[in-house]
Order: sequence, then C-alpha cells, then structure tokens
Amino acid sequence: MRIALFVTCLADALYPQVGRATVTLLERLGHEVVFPAAQTCCGQMHVNTGYQREALPLVRHHVEVFEPYDVIVAPSGSCVGSVRHQHAMVARGGGDGALAERAERVGARTYELSELLVDVLGVEDVGAYYPHRVTYHPTCHSLRMLRVGDKPLRLLRHVRGMTLLELPEAEQCCGFGGTFAIKNADTSTAMLADKMRNVLDTGAEVTTAGDASCLMHIGGGLSRLRSGTRTVHLAEILAGTEVGATTELASETLAPRQLDAPAEHTVGEQRVEFASESSTQRLREAQPTERSEGER
Amino acid sequence: MSTNLGMPAVAPPGVGHLRGTQSFPDAARGALADSQLRRNLGHATRVIRTKRASVVAELPDWEQLRLAGEALKTATMARLDEHLERLEREVTARGGVVHWARDANDANAIVTRLVQETGETEVVKVKSMATQEIGLNEALEAAGIAAHETDLAELIVQLGHDQPSHILVPAIHRNRAEIREIFLREMPGVDPALTSEPRRLAMAARAFLRERFLRAKVAISGANFGVADTGTLLVVESEGNGRMCLTLPETLITVMGIEKVVPTWQDLEVFLQLLPRSSTGERMNPYTSAWTGVTPGDGPQTFHLVLLDNGRTATLADEVGRAALHCIRCSACLNVCPVYERTGGHAYGSVYPGPIGAVLSPQLTGVEDNASLPYASSLCGACFDACPVRIDIPSLLVRLRAQHVDAQRARSVPSAEALSMAAASWLMSSPGRFAAAEKASRLGRLLGRSAGRISTLPPPLSAWTGSRDAPRPPAETFREWWARERGTS
Amino acid sequence: MSAREDVLARIREANRGAGAPPPPDVPRDYHRSGDHPPGAPEVLALFRDRLVDYKATVIDAPADGVPAAIRGALAQLTGPVVVPPGLPDDWVPGAVVDGADGVGTLSPADLDASAAVVTACAAACATTGTIALDGSPDQGRRALTLVPDVHVCVVRADQVVQTVPELVAALHPPHPITFISGPSATSDIELERVEGVHGPRTLIVVLTDAPTTSA
Repeated sequence: MRIALFVTCLADALYPQVGRATVTLLERLGHEVVFPAAQTCCGQMHVNTGYQREALPLVRHHVEVFEPYDVIVAPSGSCVGSVRHQHAMVARGGGDGALAERAERVGARTYELSELLVDVLGVEDVGAYYPHRVTYHPTCHSLRMLRVGDKPLRLLRHVRGMTLLELPEAEQCCGFGGTFAIKNADTSTAMLADKMRNVLDTGAEVTTAGDASCLMHIGGGLSRLRSGTRTVHLAEILAGTEVGATTELASETLAPRQLDAPAEHTVGEQRVEFASESSTQRLREAQPTERSEGER
Repeated sequence: MSTNLGMPAVAPPGVGHLRGTQSFPDAARGALADSQLRRNLGHATRVIRTKRASVVAELPDWEQLRLAGEALKTATMARLDEHLERLEREVTARGGVVHWARDANDANAIVTRLVQETGETEVVKVKSMATQEIGLNEALEAAGIAAHETDLAELIVQLGHDQPSHILVPAIHRNRAEIREIFLREMPGVDPALTSEPRRLAMAARAFLRERFLRAKVAISGANFGVADTGTLLVVESEGNGRMCLTLPETLITVMGIEKVVPTWQDLEVFLQLLPRSSTGERMNPYTSAWTGVTPGDGPQTFHLVLLDNGRTATLADEVGRAALHCIRCSACLNVCPVYERTGGHAYGSVYPGPIGAVLSPQLTGVEDNASLPYASSLCGACFDACPVRIDIPSLLVRLRAQHVDAQRARSVPSAEALSMAAASWLMSSPGRFAAAEKASRLGRLLGRSAGRISTLPPPLSAWTGSRDAPRPPAETFREWWARERGTS
Repeated sequence: MSAREDVLARIREANRGAGAPPPPDVPRDYHRSGDHPPGAPEVLALFRDRLVDYKATVIDAPADGVPAAIRGALAQLTGPVVVPPGLPDDWVPGAVVDGADGVGTLSPADLDASAAVVTACAAACATTGTIALDGSPDQGRRALTLVPDVHVCVVRADQVVQTVPELVAALHPPHPITFISGPSATSDIELERVEGVHGPRTLIVVLTDAPTTSA
C-alpha cells in the first residue's frame, strides 16, 4: 500500500526519530511510504489557543498537500484528531464551505499509527523486538477524540522481549494540553507530578505513547527529576527488531534518555534506529555535536 | 448597564457569584499549594468517580439514554419560549404564581418582596445553584431577612463563612476535622463532645436544623426540572432537607433558570436515570419531590415560581455555546476533570466550577469577564465522556478561546501571543519558510550542549522549563533526513 | 415591556440568531419497559436486592399477613404510630389517624413526636429500589411520611415495575409525588455515606402479594 506520511511539525523539528521509525516500520511491513515535502503543521496549537483565523491558511495548506493521497498516517493521535475533528470546523468558521468538505474527505483518510496498523493494514504483530520494561500512557486525544481503544496495547502485546507494565490511573491527562502547559503551568505541573508518580510506581524503564507532544511533557518532567525513566514513542518500539537490539543489550543502563536524536548506525542490512542509551552516549562522545552540524 | 429590550443579554456585574476576583491561574496557584485541600479533593473525587463508573456500567442502555437526553435538551432549547409559556399556564392553572426575572437584580427584588409580603424575617433554603448564582442570600440579608441553608454541605459552607466549591458537594474542600471545628465554633447549642465521625456530624446538623424546619413559614428552593405539559417542579435530593422545605412551610418560592424546563412528564424517564447515576453515583437519589402548583391540604398553600434569565438568553444566542444550557448540574464533569481535582472549585471564581463552569460562566457574563476560564483545561475530553447529556465541553472551550482572541483583536496593540501566533501561521503556511525556521531553531542546540537537555528558557517558555526540561533540537530534522536518504518525493 | 415579554423576546431573538435550529427527533431506543411484567418473581427479587443495598429493611408478607408484618416492623418502637386516613383499618390497630377528608390534623410537632408512620404506596421500581407516593388516601399528605423517624411502607407485588420509564408512566401529576429510594442519606462529609439525616432514618418495606393473584 502507498501511504503518505504526515510526520507532524513536532516530530519533524524535534523528534525526527519518530518519523524515521514510522518509515522503517511501514517499509518493513512491505508498504511504500511517501513524504509530501510541502507539509508543515496541522494548526492544532492555533485552534486550541483561540487563533482560528490564523489556523485557516494552515488548514488550507494541509488539505492541498494531502488531498492527492488515499491513505495518510501520522504518528500522533492529537494531530490526527485535529485533522479529523477541527479542520472542517475551522474552514466553516472562515466561511469556506468547499474547503470544509475537502478537509472532511482528507480527515477521513488520515489515520493515527495504531489505527492504520490494526484497522487498515490488519496487523497486530509487526515483528518487533524490544527487550525493555515498558508502560503505556494512552494520550487523551488518542483515547477520547480518536477512540483508538486498546489498539496500541494490542500492538505492544505482540512485541517480543518486552515486559508491558500497567500504568495506574492511565487515562488521566498528563497535563500537557498544548499552551495549557504554559498558560496554566502550575496546574499542568501538578497533573504531571501525579502522572510521573504513577509512571515511576510501575518500575518501567520506558514510558511510551502515541504522541510525541505528551511524551515531551512527561519526558521533560522525568528528565528534570533525573528519574532514570525515559520516554519512547510507540513507533520507535514497533520499529525495533532483534537484529539490531541484541547487540546493545549487554551495555544497557537506566541513564536518563537524552532528548536528542539518537544516533543511527547500521548492522548488516538492517537500519537500527534505537540504540540503547549507553551506546547513544558513546556515539555522541565519538561524534561531537559540532561535527554532525558541520556535516550539513 | 444598558440593555436593549428584547435582545439577549449577559448577567449584570456587581451582583451574584459568576465573576471571580482573580484569574484562574492566579487563583489556582494558591489552591495547588494547599496540601489539605489537594488531599480532600483527590480523595473525594476518586470516591465519587468510582461510584459513578460502577452504577453507569449497570445500565446496558446508558449511551442510548445519553443520546436521548442530548436530543431532548436540544429540542427544548429550539422551542424554549413555547415550553416556558406552557409551564407558566399549567403552574398558574394549579394555583401557583409565575414571575419572570431578566437578571439577578430582578430575581432578588422579586423574592425579597415576596418574603416581605409574608411578614417573615427568616427563610429556610434548599440547596440551589440558581439562588447562589444571583447572590440571593446577600440580597435577603440586606433587607433584614435571614436565609438558613439546610443542605448539610451548604450549612457547613454557610457556618464556615465560606464559598461552595462543588455543584453537588459544596463543602468537598473540607474534611471531617475542619467540619467539626466549624460546628463547634458556629453551631449554637452543639454538644462540645462532638467527634469528627461523619455520622456524629450529620446528626448534629439534623438536631440543629430540625427546629428550624418545624417553625419555618417560608422556604426558598431551586428546581432540577420544570415540566411544561403538567406544570410540575422537581427537586432531586438526598437528605430530606428538600422535602422539609417543600412540604412544611406555608409559602414556597422557587427560583428556576429558564433552561431547566423539560417538555413533558414522560421526559423525566430519561433524566431521572441520567442525573442520579451521574451525580451521586447512586441508582436513584433517596428523595425526589414533584409538586404541581398548590395541593389543598398538602404542603405550602402559596407557591411562587421565578423564571430566571441572567445571561441564559445570551448563551442561547450562540449556535454552539448554547449546549452549555443543556447542563443538568450533575457535576460528573467536575469529578473526572484533572484540573478541578487539583485546584478545587474556588479557583474558578464562579458558583459554576469545573469544566461546565469554564464554558457556562463566561457565556453568562460575556467571555471578557471570565476570560481565563476557557483556558483552564488541557482539553483532555474526560468531561465529555462523563456528561450525561453529551455536552461537547472541549469544543465549547475552544470556541470560547476563539471568541476571546477575536475580542482582543480590537486592541490597538496586539499581545505578544497574538504576534507569535500570527508569525507561526505565516511560517507554517509555507514549506520553505517552515524549513528555514526549523534550521534557525537549531540554534537551540547550543543551549543544551553538555547535558543533552535544556533546563532554562526565556519567558514565556520559562513557564515550561520551570518544571520540565525542554528537548534539545536534533542535529537533523526529519525532512532533512528524508531529503538526504530518499531525495524529494 | 414587561420582564415576561422581554425574556420571551430575548429567547426568540437568540434562537433566530443561532440560525433557528429545528428541534431534533428524540431517539427513545433506551429500555422503555422491563424484561418482566410488574410483580414477576425476577422483578421482586431485584427490588428486594436494591432496597437492601440502600439500607432499607424488607419484610415479605402474604396478602392476608400485612397487619402481622406491620406489627413485627413496629415491635421495637414505643410511642404513637400515625397513619393516613385511607389506610385499611385493620393494618395498624390503635394508630393515630391524620385527619379525614384529605385534611391533615396533626401539627408538625405532633408528627415529630410520633414513633413511626405506616402507609401504602402508589408504585415502585425494582431497578432503582424506589417507592413512589402520590398523596392518595392510603398514603396521606407529604409531611406525614417525612417527619416521623420510621416509615413503614406497604408495597403490593403488582405495583413493582422493573424500570424507571414504567415507574414514571405509572404516576400522574398534579398529585404531589415523592420518590423514595432508601432512608435519607448524605455524602457531604468526605463522600462517606451516612444514612438518616432529615427524612426518616429507617425505611421498612412490607412487600406483599397482590390480593387477587392473576399470575
């Protein structure tokens, strides 16, 4: 199947490993991934902060970019929620009924990653291997806007080598909420504190979710606490395979994840996206940041 | 304030309890630091969430009931004028007197006059959101009339010189030890050996109020429902204080928001299932009283119904926002809201706290008078799932945010936020500009060089880094990786 | 313009301004009736269970055993027992009758001094454990069942419906209607339920067969 990747602005700019993992995963499953390079942002931040007028050109641009594709995937429940549930509203609010109808058609063809895998591609076992203790946070928009239900968990339960730990009060919001985290920083932090307590209670080394934004929030808090628990996007776990990961097991540690692009290296024919922390650190030491910047 | 006759109008300022004195973030800051409050709220909301979930799960047709409740409310609003006129006709035919109040000032004046006409200087009250909204107790007090709250939680609030913080459990912010202290300090004739056991506290309230019930000549209530086709009013309660007030006095004055009308008696078959399970987490609340005008030989022989607008017509005028009027005041959205659970109700500054308050209060007052409330939500959506009449509170919040932003556009100097949003829109509507901006943001890599994380950022992003590290921009964006690996698509 | 005219005009203007949305059809595909007819054994079993769950006491009695059951329910009490004027004479011998011809004669203080009240009911609902009173002569005015501390309510099996819609359909305003589900209760202190506040602190339901059993 030919699948257009809407990588989302957050993953593009700050978490490129999420986009790369999505590509790796879908290609491993035998699908063709295309990346419409003109894509930018769904405009959710604008809409949810009250700037619907400013969101209108973003909606129009998104519709124009993705209209040619039959199946669109994004590794974000929140952004898919915006595309599916807000774009038409923004277009109508801006007086563009025709754009609203086009947006509805694009929205209907846009899937969050777990929806695409389970509902469209009909696969739950994606052949992943991830030898870690993992807990899953169902992000609010995946859960209550898209109703993905237990699809992410069904995918995770098939991952070999992984111990899946139940997160207490999992369905409570982590407190991100876009600009809520800034405008109501104190309340947001109180919510985050409880989410982190629940995460730490599981004893997991990895917290995963289908949204890089919520993971940025939870991970930012866990990192500030030097908690020894890191955040990894669902796509990254599902993209992991035994070929690469076994080589890293021996040196696995619980160091805080560096919220940076993990280094990539190749083992045989298999691109291994997700080196363990210690190897990432080793690679970073070997390849100073300045050098990789200089490469471009 | 000047209003155009016949045009929808917001609730007037200077009367009642719909406007706070602080913005939500400022008020929340104090609440979040109150560890006793946090503990009380966390415990109470968790208990009630669990109870609600268990009784809702008992009904296989819960979703059908929600859909029916939503449709009933939508249909009622579309013909609200006709239903109210019918209600008025039926109540009048059964010996009641119907009054109309444009706003809090009208309603307070009507009720005060009605009490004065009885010659009484004290009244007993059934817990009522509408009378709190309009500040009726203060208006009566100014006229020399003492209003005694009779709901246990309202009594705790009143004796504690406090404000209610929850629609259903107004003293949810108090624990048993605090309540005992209030009773010992404020309740005349209380047993000094009173313990903090809830049963003992409840019995102390029973003894204190019983004499008041038996001597009361005038009662004031709200109404959960007003049935248009029969002229019947309903009060849904647990303790029996409602029954006492609705039954023993000679005069009953009921203040009802105009949105509380339901078209037919039959419609109660939906709401009497939705409300108790959503509200107290019971299959049915202990007592529901339904009365129609005056019944000779049974209950008050004088009955007044005051129909209150106070901003409801302004809310009705918004094609989306009007759904906030569907609220049946169950408070399920408060109990599931992660924001409410941590800040409590006082931070909202209005008698209507929590998610429903965040969409109702700004519409009743006009959004600029409660501008911070629509932002007091992470848009997690738990409120919609819990709402028995399916009010899409997250969508309403987003709409109110847009109304606030649009109102602010009139300012001659745009805010920093407005400028940055406009700039982001300009950048993100063009792939070339967006890619350039991404490149520029890579300067951020310099910030977190040694640690791989960024711990401090300048305002307004300092609000983020106050409690969370920020990600350090990667060496290569996704689109750069794609271009390098795959070329352009 | 009167406040009445003003408010009604505002409503009409608001509905116009919101695009005059037409009232939608109300989907009523929820359960409008139970799986079992009123008084069926399954319904009665559910009713008992729900009453007991909400701290009411249930006494089963055959059709001719109501006076004995009431006697049993009142056995521990001392003080006057009050009844509405239309209650069968033999149910509570020696009871104080609250007036006649629909006019109550007992003062609130009289009611407060009584030990218990005994009434019949208008209808009952199993799913919620609810009994409903409508002020008929065998139930009396509302104050009668409110002030005494013990309420003994006789429910005939054929009055017990399964669902709330059936209960609502069995009741007819303008009679004053009181729905009672267990004794009065509060959860206002730390959400801990305390039974018995202002209404009767004890609710005893005498559940009896219908006088003529057709089933």
